[in-house]
Amino acid sequence: MNPILRARQVNIYYGDKRAVRDIDLDIAPNTVNALIGPSGCGKTTFLRALNRMHDLTPGARVEGTITLDGEDIYGDVDPVSIRRRIGMVFQKPNPFPTMTVLDNVVAGLKLAGIRDRGTLLEVAERSLRQAALWDEVKDRLNTPATGLSGGQQQRLCIARALSVEPEILLMDEPTSALDPQSTARIEDLMSDLKKDVTIIIVTHNMHQAARVSDTTSFFLIGDLVEHGPTDQIFTNPRDERTESYVTGRFG
Amino acid sequence: MRETTPSVRPRHAAGASSRGDGLFRGVILALALAIVVVFVLALYQLVAGSLPSIERYGFAFLFRTTWNNVTSEFGALPFIIGTLVTSFAALLIAVPLAIASAVFVTEYAPRWLAEPVGYLVELLAAIPSVIYGLWALFVLKPLVVQLGTWIFYQPWIVQNPSLKWLVPSNLAGLGLLTAILILAIMVIPYTASVARDVIRLVPQDQREAMYALGATKWEVIRSAILPFARAGIFGGVILSLGRALGETLAVTMVIGNDPKIVSGLFNPTATMSSIIASEFNEAVNNLQRSSLIEIGLLLFVISVIVNYVARLVIARITVGGTS
Ligand SMILES: Nc1ncnc2c1ncn2[C@@H]1O[C@H](COP(=O)(O)OP(=O)(O)OP(=O)(O)O)[C@@H](O)[C@H]1O
Ligand SMILES: [Mg+2]
Repeated sequence: MNPILRARQVNIYYGDKRAVRDIDLDIAPNTVNALIGPSGCGKTTFLRALNRMHDLTPGARVEGTITLDGEDIYGDVDPVSIRRRIGMVFQKPNPFPTMTVLDNVVAGLKLAGIRDRGTLLEVAERSLRQAALWDEVKDRLNTPATGLSGGQQQRLCIARALSVEPEILLMDEPTSALDPQSTARIEDLMSDLKKDVTIIIVTHNMHQAARVSDTTSFFLIGDLVEHGPTDQIFTNPRDERTESYVTGRFG
Repeated sequence: MRETTPSVRPRHAAGASSRGDGLFRGVILALALAIVVVFVLALYQLVAGSLPSIERYGFAFLFRTTWNNVTSEFGALPFIIGTLVTSFAALLIAVPLAIASAVFVTEYAPRWLAEPVGYLVELLAAIPSVIYGLWALFVLKPLVVQLGTWIFYQPWIVQNPSLKWLVPSNLAGLGLLTAILILAIMVIPYTASVARDVIRLVPQDQREAMYALGATKWEVIRSAILPFARAGIFGGVILSLGRALGETLAVTMVIGNDPKIVSGLFNPTATMSSIIASEFNEAVNNLQRSSLIEIGLLLFVISVIVNYVARLVIARITVGGTS
């Protein structure tokens, strides 16, 4: 299958410091892909390069090519249009606190100029169902988003990201601030979601990576050490550094 | 240590510090009480001074429109209207400019420009009123005259007898518009500097959440940053309003101090503080003096009400746990 996302010789710098080195990576459509590795190895840095978030960080620089459906996302394109196609869910739930649940979900649609209330409600329901949140919030769509629990807020953020129908969803440790139950719900979600969207998820939780992902990439101090099908990475890694990491011997 | 038994030592230390605490608490309490006493005394003086006019006019004082020291007829309505109109119109002009300057300084300007611009805006708050008043007389007044002339002395107005009533009787440049403009400039720094600080405090993850949905920079500002900062910005607006309601000298210098309900942008009128400042020393009789004091009392009451309402609004719109 043709990769939906392709990274070639990607180097990412903060000032003079190179945080990520020579990454080559292909991501197939409709898969869940885990990025793992010890703290500070560059997972977040790499992930944020994929939707041009580094444009917002002064001093950060991305070299190499990253293509989405064959189109260079650092080429002659508007980063805004790239971010519409590649959504992101952050480590800490970050709903917009002054907006209602409904307004949060449809914030991206409103940016896209959609005003029709019927359409907004329809998309909101679809996205909230995708994020397994609909039943919990359908009676409080017009209450402030800050009234939801942390786990609900994170699913709200997932619904918000899904509402604009991105091709790829980037998730940076989306469950690290959540309780086991909310974590389990979000993990269940991912396998359902992948029929609609390709997921790239950063996680520190080996069990999570093993449970939810189809491929796993192991990063170490800025290098992509090994990338492959998740069962192979966890049962039969080629690199011994990968093996010691996934078996918990370091990191 | 003067104590002989070692076991007393900690207690002694605790005793000394709690005695210090006690003293400190006493001093603080006295200072706090002193503030309350001053506040109550001021209020008492205002009420006592207002009594003759309160006895004479009662509640109707608020709605009486005549202010005539020849016939000794007094009423507060022209000045209440003058104060409210100048203050809110000034805010209408100042707040968008102030927010724009805060957004520019925090989101657009490179640091070498943001620092001096921010500093200059703050400096505006440190300029004495009288300087603003002079500047308004020398710069704003002629501009207002020009603007008025340009608007009203169009041939099709002047040569048309049925429109002649539109033309202000006297276009001296001293009046409502000049007062509003100078007030607007004077109150910008309060909203601007508070807005700048609260915009800086908007968490990065709020901005990134909006960017990640495909927002442009302007959309991030409008849909994520400003809503998040709104309670703090509103607090700054209230500071500006407080300044506008109470500002005396600069307004007195340019508003014309005509004790009539304002009849047009270019016409002279007076505010509560400007009428007190311009007439108190020349008050011809007790009733006039007392009426002026009552206007002071009303200004005090209006300020308290505005602040109280502002608190309620801020509490309502505050983002949970921030600002
Ligand atoms: N804004 C920044 N400016 C400078 N250096 C940075 C910045 N962000 C990250 N770094 C550095 O880049 C390296 C990679 O950081 P990154 O956040 O990508 O790691 P990570 O794998 O996501 O770690 P964690 O698992 O702790 O989230 C680290 O050495 C970090 O100190
Ligand atoms: Mg990270």
